[in-house]
Amino acid sequence: MRILVCVKRVPITGGRMVLTADEQAIETKHLGFTISPHEECGVEEAVRIVEAGGGEVVVLTLGPEEAAEQIRDCMAIGADRGIHLVSSEEWDPQATAAAIADAIRAEDPFDLIVFGNESADAGGYQVGIRVAYALGLPVVTGLKGLTVDAGRARCEQEVPGGRDVYDVALPAVVSVKEGLNLPRYPSVPAKLRAKSKPLDARLVERPVSKLEKLRLVVPEGSHKQAEILGEGPAAAPRVVEVMQQLGVA
Amino acid sequence: MTLVFMESADDELSRQALTLAQSLGGDVRAVTIDGPYAPSVWAAAIVEAAGGDDIVGPGSDRGNELLAHAAAQLDLPFAANVSEIQGDELTRLRWGGTLLEEARLHSDRRLLSSAPFAFAPATWGQEVAVLTPSFGDGVQVVDHVAPDMGGKVSLADAKVVVSGGRGVGSAEGFAILEELAALLDAAVGCSRVVTSAGWRPHSDQVGQTGTKVSPDLYIACGISGATQHIAGCKGAKALLAINADKEATIFAHADYAVIGDLHEIVPAITAELRKVKGS
Repeated sequence: MRILVCVKRVPITGGRMVLTADEQAIETKHLGFTISPHEECGVEEAVRIVEAGGGEVVVLTLGPEEAAEQIRDCMAIGADRGIHLVSSEEWDPQATAAAIADAIRAEDPFDLIVFGNESADAGGYQVGIRVAYALGLPVVTGLKGLTVDAGRARCEQEVPGGRDVYDVALPAVVSVKEGLNLPRYPSVPAKLRAKSKPLDARLVERPVSKLEKLRLVVPEGSHKQAEILGEGPAAAPRVVEVMQQLGVA
Repeated sequence: MTLVFMESADDELSRQALTLAQSLGGDVRAVTIDGPYAPSVWAAAIVEAAGGDDIVGPGSDRGNELLAHAAAQLDLPFAANVSEIQGDELTRLRWGGTLLEEARLHSDRRLLSSAPFAFAPATWGQEVAVLTPSFGDGVQVVDHVAPDMGGKVSLADAKVVVSGGRGVGSAEGFAILEELAALLDAAVGCSRVVTSAGWRPHSDQVGQTGTKVSPDLYIACGISGATQHIAGCKGAKALLAINADKEATIFAHADYAVIGDLHEIVPAITAELRKVKGS
């Protein structure tokens, strides 16, 4: 099995959203970076499939030079090599999908192409689907369960009240959700090995955005003044009163 | 003119999408689709029914999926989770709604999904056309599996959620939350820290990448209030935060606060509830 996992570098936002002065991005001076939680599960799943049945896991990202850090993180989980489309600008979903599809066409065919269901930051819900159309492949989204066997994938998609099941022939595109598995923590030797795995980086030029970001805004009203019901266990009677007022106790 | 895809005529998020569609100006037509779910086939039916019109759907997983398929089929931009729109300028959700993006759509046709709970649900007096696409070789649902909830209320449907974070300290630490939840007929939730540590299954996670809940009361025990978590619980009608750290971010999102050690406070609330209910 040859599996490609597409990931995106995003800041670890913590408790408060603080923007840069030009309102174009989150102020990341004091923040670390990661990939979207859905994508962490995508990398883990791909590595497990290849560990069980052999093959190769390739990780692809479109992002700034610093996103090489996230590719190395994925390699420490077990990915074999990386493709880095380098651009410091933010791309809209259509342009992102087109660039990823171009990069995939330049490779030997993959059996499975994995995305997160939506990116943690922009949340466009569409890049994986667009890539599938560009490549003429079937696509199933929102997976909480995936079993690959004999050239087919059984896909369990999370829906209200349970899971819908799909059976698709490979090659296919899937997007996954956190909860598909519990990603491993990379070992120190695995982190060291990751440093010497092949990483192909190339500059890409952003086309005109059809969904053009103008500015970011921190929503109002997220800072409430909480009523303090008390300190320690002595607050319990007041808590129960409030529960009764709310009609839940 | 605008075509609205509705999951069903009385679906809440779909009726919110209708409100967004009505705000665009011009005539609005509403459609639902009958038959087994097949994303590419359903989207093709929507595209065909729309002709050259704008297309709007609900900001549900299914609504966003179908709009993305339609956008890919038409090679048009698609703005997901739109909370406001005026002509070609719109506001949409980022980071699960903890950040907003103002954007311009460069397209003759607008393909949009409505951000959940950004619009009041419309009442639709007219006919909802039912499309019945023919199923070819598109990927489609072949089976459905439902989890065994063991008689417990689900996180998404619970009126009360008792949720724990890093401050709970261990998997065993959730016993006192379970006990309180049982008294309130509540579901037990948790933050991402807890599922990453393996203390609870991911199905219990409330957050941007977990379940988004909207109970009457959300009780956050030992949860610091990262945006990842707030994205999942900001729909709660009331939020009670129990935390030892007075400076915890969660208090900025709380309606009620109790400061102190949850390991003492939660059992005290349970005991008080038993006393009140017993009398």
